[in-house]
Amino acid sequence: MDRRVTFNNKLLPYLLLAPQLAVTLVFFFWPAGQAIQMSVMEQDAFGLSKTFVGLANFKELFADAEYLKTFWRTLIFSGAVAFCALVPALLFAVMAERIVRGATFYRTVLVLPYAIAPAVAGVLWLFMFNPSVGIVAYWLKKMGIDWNPKLDGNDAMILVVMAAAWKQISYNFLFFLAGLQSIPKALLEAASIDGAGEWRKFRTIVFPLLSPTTFFLLVVNIVYAFFDTFGIIDAVTSGGPAKATEVLVYKVYYDGVVALNLGTSSAQSVILMAIVILLTAIQFRYVEKKVHY
Amino acid sequence: MNAQTLGGRTQWLPHAVLLIGVFITAFPLYITFVASTLQPQDIAQLPMQMYPGSHFLDNYSTAFSKGSAGTYLSPPAMTLLLNSLIVALVVTFGKIAVSLISAYAVVFFRFPGRMIFFWMIFITLMLPVEVRILPTYQVVTDLKLINSYAGLTLPLIASATATLLFRQFFMTIPDELVEAAKIDGAGPLRFFKDVVVPLSRTNIAALFVILFIYGWNQYLWPLLITTSNSLDVIVVAIKKMIGTGAEPTDWHIVMSTTILALIPPVLVIIAMQKSFVKGLTDTEK
Repeated sequence: MDRRVTFNNKLLPYLLLAPQLAVTLVFFFWPAGQAIQMSVMEQDAFGLSKTFVGLANFKELFADAEYLKTFWRTLIFSGAVAFCALVPALLFAVMAERIVRGATFYRTVLVLPYAIAPAVAGVLWLFMFNPSVGIVAYWLKKMGIDWNPKLDGNDAMILVVMAAAWKQISYNFLFFLAGLQSIPKALLEAASIDGAGEWRKFRTIVFPLLSPTTFFLLVVNIVYAFFDTFGIIDAVTSGGPAKATEVLVYKVYYDGVVALNLGTSSAQSVILMAIVILLTAIQFRYVEKKVHY
Repeated sequence: MNAQTLGGRTQWLPHAVLLIGVFITAFPLYITFVASTLQPQDIAQLPMQMYPGSHFLDNYSTAFSKGSAGTYLSPPAMTLLLNSLIVALVVTFGKIAVSLISAYAVVFFRFPGRMIFFWMIFITLMLPVEVRILPTYQVVTDLKLINSYAGLTLPLIASATATLLFRQFFMTIPDELVEAAKIDGAGPLRFFKDVVVPLSRTNIAALFVILFIYGWNQYLWPLLITTSNSLDVIVVAIKKMIGTGAEPTDWHIVMSTTILALIPPVLVIIAMQKSFVKGLTDTEK
């Protein structure tokens, strides 16, 4: 990983690194350190003094039924988003790989949601499913379905999952397409000669060869659902109704910024950091496999 | 597999499935566009009509130069778009510039602490804003950067992904080029400017697409850091325009502002599709 030929200069490399390091230290390491420090402190009601309380904030969190519920809710939300974003994306990619004409058109349209901000995607879906003006909400009512994401927690969850998955299909579609294009055509031709049908070829050749891509995307989608869906949830439900769509990141924000409970919010931040580190480690381990199956 | 075996009668299925995909993708956008051309009473009419109305110009000019009149007195979309553009461009070019030079330092020099610095940058991958919301906010307050463009952009400028990408690319620059430059008496800065940057053009373009979208679509950070409406970015403003119930929402203005908000990143992705795909796949390695 090292170059053989380099420049000799004592000061210059440090100057070149300085801007990045300054931003990193001030806005990443310092706050992260503060979060860890604050997570073991308790602040009095007036914010005047802090006392060291050890792991009390963490113990309190894990003893809190509400927090554990949020944990489960986040897992269900992430699983649902990953599933709803991966399955259609795979289907579309397999179909796009087969067509001769119109491929550019389909690809251009299907990647558009990637460019749209999570909060804006949330507004699009909120509008369609708004019980008083939304067109889809109207159709649902016509079909006799009682739909109200403002009052019903399950409806609200379904709505944020749909908006979040809609945005992520683009990304998955492009990666599946790249994965499909790297499968040797000779393999598929050989299977055709042996009389294998489309479904059989998909099940026995395509899907197994795609599994590294699928696994990589699964991790990416879970990271996305955990951390990048804040805007969607804030725009569509603000975590409601009655916390039915409050996921971990939203709770950190709410407890810290809205309820101003610094100790538990920091402890939650520390737990989230541990989750990111775990997910990033998994992601990097499997990147190797993704490149050469 | 050749086109003939799949041609003819089996071709309808892929097209049918892909058209469903196009429908799912485009329908929310289409409905939003239709609503942005209607009057408030037409939007409230159930079911809302499915074809554009005649108030396109009215709505867009109101949104652009006046804004929404709800509980949140939004600045006109003109101001919001400008704020978003400033944030997106400063973040994009800031990230690219800062990452280019730090990757250059790590790859083309040998100096004490090199690997430590590299790992410090790498570790920031694991500290997204979402997980260090409060303390970062605290730091920005201490530095008196609340309600400023600097506060909006500076904390977002460090980039582990861009640094990793440039580092990987720089490793592939042949040693002969460096030797030739040295023989010609070119120093490291000259080599950077005349060889490294021009060679990195496609990588810079790929990163530009990804980072512009990232910058334009920022939500949580601007929401925290600005308390004055005049500094709101458009994505945050749209959410604030939607009433919480007490006050009716100006849906026609919200919808036209939404369309205005999604045009710039959508144009970038369409105009630079090749770079976009390259950027997406490269930054994930």
